Amino acid sequence: MSKILIQNGRIIDPANNIDAIGPVYIADGKIVSVLEQAADFTPEQIIDADQQIVCPGFVDLSVRLREPGQTQKGNILSETRAALSAGVTSLCLPPDTKPCIDSPAVVEFIKDKAEKADYPQIHSIGALTQRLAGSELSAMFALKQAGCIAVSNASEPLGNLLILRRAMEYAATHDLLLMYRANEPALSGKGCAHEGAVASRYGLPGIPEAAESIALAQCLELAELTGCRVHISQISCKHSVIKLQQAKKYGLNVTADVAIHQLHLTEDNITPFDSNYHVLPPLRSAIDRQYLREGLVNGTIDAICSDHQPHDLDAKLGAFPETEAGVAALETLLPLTLALTQQHRIGLSQAIASLTCKPAQILGLATGVLTPGYAADVCIFDPQASWQVNRENWHSAGCNTPYWQQTLTGRVTLTLLAGKTVYRLAELS
Amino acid sequence: MTRHIQLTEQGKLKHFLTIEGLDKQLLTEILDTAESFAGMSEHQVKKVPLLRGKTIVNLFFENSTRTRTTFELAATRLSADVLSMNIATSATSKGESLLDTIHNLEAMHVDMFVVRHALSGAAHFIAQHTAPHISVINAGDGQHAHPTQAMLDMFTIRQHKKQFEGLKVAIVGDILHSRVARSQILALNTLGVAEVRVIAPKTLLPAQVKTMGVIPMHDMDEGLDDVDVVIMLRLQKERMNSAFLPSESEFFRCFGLTEAKLKRAKADAIVMHPGPINRGVEIASSVADGPQSVILQQVSNGVAVRMAIMSMAMHN
Repeated sequence: MSKILIQNGRIIDPANNIDAIGPVYIADGKIVSVLEQAADFTPEQIIDADQQIVCPGFVDLSVRLREPGQTQKGNILSETRAALSAGVTSLCLPPDTKPCIDSPAVVEFIKDKAEKADYPQIHSIGALTQRLAGSELSAMFALKQAGCIAVSNASEPLGNLLILRRAMEYAATHDLLLMYRANEPALSGKGCAHEGAVASRYGLPGIPEAAESIALAQCLELAELTGCRVHISQISCKHSVIKLQQAKKYGLNVTADVAIHQLHLTEDNITPFDSNYHVLPPLRSAIDRQYLREGLVNGTIDAICSDHQPHDLDAKLGAFPETEAGVAALETLLPLTLALTQQHRIGLSQAIASLTCKPAQILGLATGVLTPGYAADVCIFDPQASWQVNRENWHSAGCNTPYWQQTLTGRVTLTLLAGKTVYRLAELS
Repeated sequence: MTRHIQLTEQGKLKHFLTIEGLDKQLLTEILDTAESFAGMSEHQVKKVPLLRGKTIVNLFFENSTRTRTTFELAATRLSADVLSMNIATSATSKGESLLDTIHNLEAMHVDMFVVRHALSGAAHFIAQHTAPHISVINAGDGQHAHPTQAMLDMFTIRQHKKQFEGLKVAIVGDILHSRVARSQILALNTLGVAEVRVIAPKTLLPAQVKTMGVIPMHDMDEGLDDVDVVIMLRLQKERMNSAFLPSESEFFRCFGLTEAKLKRAKADAIVMHPGPINRGVEIASSVADGPQSVILQQVSNGVAVRMAIMSMAMHN
């Protein structure tokens, strides 16, 4: 296989404490050397990354591909193209496909499609309960053998705490990570917006923060009781950050992520009844956002994910409460993360860590780093490039983003997957 | 956004979706226009030709006899052709989407939609997606807004109190689920009353209710003290014997309007209710039918105010 030299780029590899301008040597799909000249290396391909940042490919903890079952919204091919254009070289697929990922057959189907799409790094998350119905445990061992990297009940509720306890015990038996969306359905009800001033003004059914923080507290207690490894997905509020911080201080083996839009948008951004702002958990207050940002800086929150949820047009056409929740977010992940580093106290290296080595560690994946010997999953981006979010620049089948038509800064120019160029910004080629 | 979508570039009314974003001048213009229509119902000929040749469709996705009837009457008196569709029992129950229903009616060359829908934001959605020549009037969307009801209430208050400055107004009951209360609060504050109090148990008040520009209270005696206007809200039956309220009798004991409680208000205070009333639940019959009650005047005023809003929206 080919030998590649990436030169003149600013290499940021947080896991190896690297932030310097220099070369990256790649051979046979693997990293050979970073910053230091590789011995006897005659490159067959030279990539000039002048003025660009070279970093590990991003690892996204939550990406809906909509296949199988909802291909009107997107499919494995369309959404993996979007992922590659966004520098995302590994992604986790939550189990709420149709049918859901509760049998090895569905995992095999996805694997097969992933290979055909030349995107092998789709990591299926197995359903925690059969049909995600929240009552009977799924065949977790079989799912793990088929390749599931973790288990989760996605956004579906569990019947009661005993089921959660047993599911955690069983997941721990097979050393499976539980990815948990904290939500107490009795408190969130049919809510579609943060319970606060904005929902009150617009008469939208509210979801209190306690719906999340209570479920989070219960899950943390059970994590200690059962010894299950737990990752909390997409937290949204102040009290979740506080509870996680306490749990980590106490020594509990727990990690958490936040969806990138929660670090930028609040309830106040909701233009009246614009369904592109309909997300779950809902956009919360400016105070919550402040805690989320601080949680990211101080390490309470480990990773940033896109929580990518592409939709067809119809899903977002209707009165706000009846529209489907979610943002098509893969392609805005990098520019919005970069915006955090400019506006707030988050270092560039730390921001990149939250997209690369941190999520990889959570999943136990040998990626998210530029360590010699590891697969050359690499993202090269131009931190200064401005681009408009529009159909021409967009790859996902879903255009449901509050950033549509806006101009963002920071753009992926090249993505390597195991040393193979899988995306190159058209303007460059 | 709200202001933008409701008004033409010249700042005139195009849609009437919510009170939010409308200024005092425009609300006063609506009240003044309504004033000019108010005398008409006593005339022999109760019609003006303002909207002759126009077609108005009442789109009621949620049942309502009173509101629909007053809109029909208002449109008829403006000489418009009116079609009332009760969609709660027709198209959408066959799986047709809201947008399909709207586009089908648009194809019949209508000029105005009067919309009632069970979901907040439905009227905004229709206004955003309908053909540019069509005006949309919100006749109640979910728990969001019922701006024509609020304006007829303002009209009734002005009839009795002449001006809004200095008035203390109490709104009593289920604020949380009430689109009427939300629109009333916005209208009262825009028109410059001194104080809006909301009196309810905590289960029936929205989160951060103070941000809506009101003083929340939980005691009727204290809340009604020295007020000029008492607005009672209808309590939906399904809130009873639930996690919201223990029983009708307990609600009436705490928050029902009786003659004794009304004595705390100013002697010339008026009592209002958007109807239909639950006698003995939120209001005693003796008060509903008593001398301070203006509940039936509200109904009569509904026609004039809706005529004003419809004619203004169609002539801008």
